[in-house]
Amino acid sequence: MNGPHDLGGQHGLGPVAPETNEPYFHAEWEKRALGVTLSCGAFGAWTIDESRHARECLPPATYLSASYYEIWTRALEALLKRHGFVTQAELDGGHMLEKGAEPKRVLKADMVPAALAKGGPCDRPVDARPRFVVGERVRTKNFNPTTHTRLPRYARAKVGTIEAVQGSFVFPDDNAHGRGENAQWLYTVVFDGDEIWGEGADPTLIVSIDAWESYLEHL
Amino acid sequence: MSAHDHGHDHDHGDHHHDNHFTDMEARVKALETVLTEKGLIDLAAIDAIVETYETKIGPRNGARVVAKAWVDPDFAEWLKRDATAAIASLGYTGRQGEHMRAVFNTADTHNLVVCTLCSCYPWSVLGLPPVWYKAPPYRSRAVIDPRGVLAEFGLTLSEDRRIRVWDSTAELRYLVVPERPAGTDGLSEEELADLVTRDSMIGTGLALSPETQR
Repeated sequence: MNGPHDLGGQHGLGPVAPETNEPYFHAEWEKRALGVTLSCGAFGAWTIDESRHARECLPPATYLSASYYEIWTRALEALLKRHGFVTQAELDGGHMLEKGAEPKRVLKADMVPAALAKGGPCDRPVDARPRFVVGERVRTKNFNPTTHTRLPRYARAKVGTIEAVQGSFVFPDDNAHGRGENAQWLYTVVFDGDEIWGEGADPTLIVSIDAWESYLEHL
Repeated sequence: MSAHDHGHDHDHGDHHHDNHFTDMEARVKALETVLTEKGLIDLAAIDAIVETYETKIGPRNGARVVAKAWVDPDFAEWLKRDATAAIASLGYTGRQGEHMRAVFNTADTHNLVVCTLCSCYPWSVLGLPPVWYKAPPYRSRAVIDPRGVLAEFGLTLSEDRRIRVWDSTAELRYLVVPERPAGTDGLSEEELADLVTRDSMIGTGLALSPETQR
């Protein structure tokens, strides 16, 4: 979707403002937001792709003014409601009113080291051979799906070069919407700054994205 | 807003959400309470997660990877070929580091990593991302005006240096291997790791020289 998350190339969002000796957390609630988000991810009720999509579905004004832990928290509320774990009335009141859905697992403290060490690998074997080879010129698709995609707007309908075939991975555009993992080959595609930004582009700039096979067309 | 009216007070370090501060405190508390009453979360697990990222997983991991690559050409070669395995050999694995790629700065090319679509970041080697990495200014500008962004970090590269921006649009996580600073021949791997800053592994900085470090 062409949501507020798709930020590459936007103007007017201000200086980067790196913070000297930045602490890991700026408030106690950020720690809890991190822990609660990861704990709920362990339910096994949604995928990382569905959770990313929940974040990008936040209203643009909210998304752009929120810190990332706020974005996580708001998206988590949406996921928990969608999957029947909590109701809005419960969130409003701050207490349990009904039982709700049962998760596949509840993350306990003794499970944390193994869960964090394992992560969630998303490479999957595919039967087909890669359709593109290293060095090949390709054009990215021009599309504007209202659903989840990982092809940023700035890199659509652009000509680039396949730099690497990176293996085969879960296809987020399907997986975010419960349509299955449908793994595809993934490629690193490089573009000259001029191809992406045109007039006035930094002549020394090269930008790359990691693109699933169905984002790409032969030239 | 300008860079100058952005205070660096730790309690209000993120200028994007000062107004939401108490709202969010209440909101997260409500969420945590409801989930606890339902038996869906374990508060001790949350503490364990926070402790892991406050004390165990941080940029020191990545700094050790870089320092080893500087002193051990075989390791550097392995890191180039199969970063996930090479990094795992040092014990750094797991969440948001499942599929690693290492990209090496050279005299010709400076690498810069961003995630324009969300906040993808190599947690296993760099820990939790800083606020600016996840915020709209960096995410919007790194791909179109990398030199302007680097200037805000105090880094000016020569005009003929190529800048390669890696937009982490998939599940590959990128670690920049900065160039080894001059005057570091006699240093041990641990001393070299002290020179490798978090920003140098994102590409918004360079490794420190032994003089500036002191």
